[in-house]
Amino acid sequence: MLNNNKLRTLLVAIPALALMACASGPTEEELAAERAKQEADRIAAEQAAQEAAQAEAVAQAEAAEAEALRMAREMMQQEKAELEAQQTVYFDFDRSTIKSEFEAILRKHAAFLVKNGDQSIRVEGHTDSRGTPEYNIALGERRGQAVETFLLNEGVSSSQITVVSFGEEKPAVSGTSEYAFAQNRRGVVVYE
Amino acid sequence: MKIRANLIPYLVVVCAITAISFSTSYSKKALAELEIVITEGVNNAKPIAVVPFKWTGSTVLPEDITQVITNNLLRSGKFNPISLSNMPQFPTNDTEINYGAWADIGIDTVITGSIEPLEGNQYRVQFQLIDVLRAQMTGGANSVLVEGQLVATKDHVLEDRAKNIRGEDFRQYAHIISDIVYERLTGERGAFLTRIAYVVVRDRETNRLPYQLVIADYDGANETRLLSSPEPLMSPSWSPDGNTLAYVSFENNRPQIFIQNIYTTERTLITSFEGINSSPVFSPDGKKLAMVLSKDGNPEIYVMDLASRQLERITRNRAIDTEPAWAPDGKTITFTSERGGKAQIYRVDLNTKRARRLTFEGDRNLGAEITPDNNNLVVVNQTQGNYHIARQQLSTGNMLVLTRTYLDESPSIAPNGSMIIYSTLHEGKQVLSLVSLDGRFKALLPATDGEVKSPSWSPFLL
Repeated sequence: MLNNNKLRTLLVAIPALALMACASGPTEEELAAERAKQEADRIAAEQAAQEAAQAEAVAQAEAAEAEALRMAREMMQQEKAELEAQQTVYFDFDRSTIKSEFEAILRKHAAFLVKNGDQSIRVEGHTDSRGTPEYNIALGERRGQAVETFLLNEGVSSSQITVVSFGEEKPAVSGTSEYAFAQNRRGVVVYE
Repeated sequence: MKIRANLIPYLVVVCAITAISFSTSYSKKALAELEIVITEGVNNAKPIAVVPFKWTGSTVLPEDITQVITNNLLRSGKFNPISLSNMPQFPTNDTEINYGAWADIGIDTVITGSIEPLEGNQYRVQFQLIDVLRAQMTGGANSVLVEGQLVATKDHVLEDRAKNIRGEDFRQYAHIISDIVYERLTGERGAFLTRIAYVVVRDRETNRLPYQLVIADYDGANETRLLSSPEPLMSPSWSPDGNTLAYVSFENNRPQIFIQNIYTTERTLITSFEGINSSPVFSPDGKKLAMVLSKDGNPEIYVMDLASRQLERITRNRAIDTEPAWAPDGKTITFTSERGGKAQIYRVDLNTKRARRLTFEGDRNLGAEITPDNNNLVVVNQTQGNYHIARQQLSTGNMLVLTRTYLDESPSIAPNGSMIIYSTLHEGKQVLSLVSLDGRFKALLPATDGEVKSPSWSPFLL
C-alpha cells in the first residue's frame, strides 16, 4: 500500500518537478548580460554626474570670469565717469595754450585712453563771444588741437581722437560777463 | 576718424514756394519779429512828403502803401518824411498841389498817389514824384523849345507811373515805388526790394531745435524759417541770383557746408571734410564758392568750382586764414589772417596767389567785406577790447569807425552800398543793427524772441 502511496506521491511530484523544471531561473549568459547592463547604466550615470560636475565647474569659471570682466568694466566705467566729471580745460583770451593747472587732468585722460585703446573721444573747442564767429571757429579748432596734441604726446593714438570746433556757438554760460567769457573759453573731452 | 552720416535727423524744413515769394501775406506768424527802430541820423536827412495815397474804393486795403514807402525812405537814412499833421494839404496829383504851401514849410519834394479798385483782386496804383522848387520856378507849366516850337512840359513831375497790381503785391509794389523814388532823388539804385538771411538762436534749455535759419524782407517783414536744427547753424550767404543760400550746419555734430534753394528748399551737401568747413561765400558770377577748410592741418582759404566740385587752395600759411570775401570783379579775395601776429585783413590775387596786407589800424581787424563799387573795405575793427564796424577807403587806407557799441560783428553790405547790416549787443542780447556807410544813420532791429546774428543782405532781387 505504501508503494501505492509512493506512486501517488510520485505521480503528483513528477509533474510538479516538471513544472519546476519549466520555470527554471536565468541562464549564465542572461545573468552576465544583466550584469553588463547594470554596469553600463552605472557608468553612464557616473559619467553624466561627472559631466554635470564639469559643466558646473565651467559655468562657475565662466561666471567668475564674467564677474571679473564686469568688475573691470565697472572700474573702467567708474574711472571714465570720474574723468568725464573733469572733462573741461579753460583757456586765456585769444589763447590756445594748455595752462599748467590742467595738465594733470589731461594726463589722467591720456592714461585712461592708453589703457583702453578701443575708447575714442571727441575734443570740442569753444570760444567766448568776442571776435567774429568765423574767426572763433578757427580759434576753437586751435584749442581742440592743443588738447589733442597734449594727449598724443602722452601716448594716445591719433585714431582715438576727433577734434570739432564749435567756436562761440555753444556757450556754457550765456551773457557777456567776464565770468561767462572765462567759462566759455574751453576745451571739452567727450567720450564716445 | 568717424563720420556720422545721420540723414538730417531732426531737421525741420519749413518753407514753401508761396511762403517765401514776395506775395506772402503779412498776417503770417512772425518768428523773431524784427522791427526797425531808428536811433540816429534822421536830422541829417532831407525832408520829403509822402502824401497818403487816395483810395477810391470802400473796402479795407490789404496794405498801407504810403506807410511802407514812408518807412523805407526814413530807413534809408537819406530822407526824413514829415508827419501827416505837418502837411498843409493832401493832394492826389500835381494839378492839386499848392506849391507855395509846401515851399513855405521847407518841403521841396512831394510824393502823391491814388489807388483805384478794379475787377476781382486787382487794383490800379498811380503815383507821382514832384519837384516843388522846379514847379515854383516854372509855375508848374514850363515850356521848352522842341524843333523850334515852344512845347509845354511838366518837368517838375519827376516820375508819373501807374500799374495794376494784385492785393498780395501791395507791399512789393510799395518797395518798387520806393526804389524808383530813391534812385531818382539820389542817383543810386534803391535796395528796398531785397531780403536778409540771419540765424536766430533760442534758449537751448527749453527748445529742442534752438538754431534757426530765417529769411525776411530787408525791413524784417515776411519772416520765413528755412531750417531748424538742434545744433548750430552759421554763416548764411546769398547766391548772386538771390535763389540760394550757402551756410554751415552742425546737424551731424561736425561742421558741413550746404547750399539750399530758398524756393524749392532743395539742399545739397557741399563739403564734409575733416576739421573746419566754414565761411562759404558765392563768387560774383555764382559759379564758385570760397570757403575755409582745415583738412590740411590749419584753416586755409579754398575756392570750389561748383559744377566740377574741384577745389583750389588759395592760401598756404601756418597761421589762421579765414573769412573770405570776393571783390566785385571776382579776381581777388580779402580774408582775415594771423600771419602777421594778430588778425588783420589781407587781399589775395586769385591768379598769382600773392597776398597783401590791407589793414593796419587798431589791434585787430576781422570779417572784411568789399563795397559793391570796390572802393571801400568794411571790417570789424578791434581797438582796446571793443569790436566796432569800420570802413576803410581802399585808395587811401583811411579808416573810419562807424559804430560805438561794444561787440559789433558780421557786417553785410546792402547791394547798393548804402547801408551795412551787422550784429550787435543790445540790452545783453544779440540783435541786428543798421548803419549807413557814412556812419551818420543808425537803426536797431530788436527781436521779440531769441538772439539774432550772422545777417546776410541779399543781392538785388528785381
